[in-house]
Amino acid sequence: MASGVKQGSGMKQGGGMRQGGGMRHIVRGGRVVDPSQGIDARLDLLIEDGRVARLAEHLDSIPGVEETDASGLVVTPGLIDIHVHLREPGFEYKETVESGLRSAAAGGFTAVACMANTQPVNDHRAITELILNQARLHPYARVYPIGAVSKGLAGQELAEIGDMVKAGVVAISDDGLPVMNAALMRRALLYAQHYEVPVIQHAEDLDLTGDGVMHEGEWSTRLGLPGIPGVAEDVMVARDLLLSADTAGRYHVAHLSTGRSLAMVREAKRRGVAATCEVSPHHLLLTDQEVATSGFSTAMKMKPPLRDRSDVEALIAGLQDGTVDAIASDHAPHHPDEKDVQFSVAPFGILGLETTVSLCLDRLVGGGILELSRLVHLLSTGPASVLGLPGGSLAPGEVADITLLDLEREVTVNADAFGSMSRNTPFDGWQLRGAAVGTLLDGQPVLDG
Amino acid sequence: MSEPAIPEVTWTRKDLVGIADLSVEEIELILDTADSFQEVSQRSIKKVPTLRGKTVLNLFFEPSTRTRSSFELAEKRLSADALNFSGSGSALSKGESLIDTARNLEAMAPDLVIIRHQHPGVPHMLAQRLESGVINAGDGAHEHPTQALLDAFTIRQHKGRLAGLAVTIVGDIEHSRVVRSNIHLLVKMGAQVTVAGPRTMMPAAVEKLGVRVSYDLDEALTDADVVMMLRVQLERHGQSLFPSTREYFQLFGLTQARLAQAKDDAIVMHPGPMNRGVEISSAVADGKTSVILEQVANGVAVRMAVLYLLSLAQQGDG
Ligand SMILES: [Zn+2]
Repeated sequence: MASGVKQGSGMKQGGGMRQGGGMRHIVRGGRVVDPSQGIDARLDLLIEDGRVARLAEHLDSIPGVEETDASGLVVTPGLIDIHVHLREPGFEYKETVESGLRSAAAGGFTAVACMANTQPVNDHRAITELILNQARLHPYARVYPIGAVSKGLAGQELAEIGDMVKAGVVAISDDGLPVMNAALMRRALLYAQHYEVPVIQHAEDLDLTGDGVMHEGEWSTRLGLPGIPGVAEDVMVARDLLLSADTAGRYHVAHLSTGRSLAMVREAKRRGVAATCEVSPHHLLLTDQEVATSGFSTAMKMKPPLRDRSDVEALIAGLQDGTVDAIASDHAPHHPDEKDVQFSVAPFGILGLETTVSLCLDRLVGGGILELSRLVHLLSTGPASVLGLPGGSLAPGEVADITLLDLEREVTVNADAFGSMSRNTPFDGWQLRGAAVGTLLDGQPVLDG
Repeated sequence: MSEPAIPEVTWTRKDLVGIADLSVEEIELILDTADSFQEVSQRSIKKVPTLRGKTVLNLFFEPSTRTRSSFELAEKRLSADALNFSGSGSALSKGESLIDTARNLEAMAPDLVIIRHQHPGVPHMLAQRLESGVINAGDGAHEHPTQALLDAFTIRQHKGRLAGLAVTIVGDIEHSRVVRSNIHLLVKMGAQVTVAGPRTMMPAAVEKLGVRVSYDLDEALTDADVVMMLRVQLERHGQSLFPSTREYFQLFGLTQARLAQAKDDAIVMHPGPMNRGVEISSAVADGKTSVILEQVANGVAVRMAVLYLLSLAQQGDG
């Protein structure tokens, strides 16, 4: 990793953490898949004081110590979604920290990193603390707030990044909007190095996007909808990689969606640029054609837009060859009334927390695209490394955040049953094989399977 | 008031939202039905009782004198009760929930809804929610099916066929709903379609729609049977897509001299309203080869045919 960020630094504890307080717990009989240690074996796991104490082929029961029966299940480091929108404060009719964390736990995630485009914007300590306080009240999963790059996301002046890092932010991003101004981006890449946090870019040149609402290509032409060209993303990634190389600043591409951007990240990594990237499940599983086949469904509208087949194939190759560091959902709740309008005026964004794991297990692992351990890496070890978070590993001494997967479970996506307050998913009704059936946080079960 | 001689029909479609999903048979049926209604338009009393007792809602969220009056005339000649809603300031154009809009429309229990909207897909979304038949009178840059049908009707009148004809469409291809519907229709019917215009007004991957692309007007016009000119808007949302009308006319304006590249019996079409001196010279617009006014007249017959066929599907639904 080119990251200059140290793992498990003291300040990065995340909201929602419980006290392990001398408690012990055994997770028994599961197939432990931990890419951080190269483990894929049937093992028992002992937790002490909220941390992993021991992995062994057999652990004796200890009187008074509760156990989780993981037989037939896969035991992984707690899954981490480093790109979600929890909407609190300001848009509590879409999602709250509480509902977002219920959604995370239901989807198998033990931690999320939430973007700063709330109202007020998370561009100063008070908002960071508000989010973390809410998270403490609803400890279904950890929350790692991401602070704004610029005050008010206005793209003009740097926000109080240092103060926010002290309050708990783990990265900075104006996500929802790009940092369009190259000088500001350069300054952010320089300044963030004082606090060892990456700058996450929503890579989109807004002038090239114009009034675009879907990917520019055959299908935008057929539908007469204004297109967002792939190059709108590519020019930003190209510019930012140059700035990252020039400043040695840590740079992370959010929801990377085009083959050309992926190729540039691959090449930059080869040169030692401190760049990482994430991709979102919808960009791996859907194409722009879905806007037509769904009859202009606004559940197919997000940024970046669904791209074409060649982009999808390039992203999949990037998952396989390690160019992609993490799968992140870009969970973006919107109220049904906001989405139930004509395609052109609907807000961008779809949910992800409660569909990511089953989609990836069914389509990527079940579909023969990824080994299970590679998928677990992309959902735990990889994202933890990108943001320098605790977890992503079940090595002794690590925080005992754990996800339990049932690879055989048949599920039908049912948006009406989501823990999220919103319903905006393009995957409603999909039948999938494989699901997260429970999580442990600090070694304590959060949800029963 | 005798009923027109209408061909034997098997029409089951509730809505006409676009040409893209129509079959060749359905297109032929509409054109043949329009032939019968054309005869009505030539009678001294141009009215038949075909849609008596039916309610048709005309919803125009975008100003459109031509299409709207054409539909209204078609409705009157079929003895339908027409109700008009208009105004770009109305709720739907402001993003009112489509569910609310659909509920409001449903409460009026119309048999057919004609809709023009600036956003692609609105007719489709209403069609999914309404029991009434929905006719797309133009949705953004997406489709304008009755325009393509009346264009085809006009071509057929002059050429006796569509298959094998060389049709050249010139102008702002990217922002034109007329183009998309015409491409779908003409390609389905076996015509060879060339689209021509400035590169800044050519949509991505348009050749995937089965057309040839040209950026040279003289080349594009060579041996054309039909030349279809589009209304050009040089500025959209404050973005200039072309430096000046003068320069546009030099590159893509249709003049008599340029028209000489086309076949001797080529016809010139325009969906209107025309920008004389921008995309077309007055000499061509008013010349012998121009069928622009016939297009307007044919529009009524074609829309009568569409209204009639959709009302049949309504009855079929019970
Ligand atoms: Zn974003």
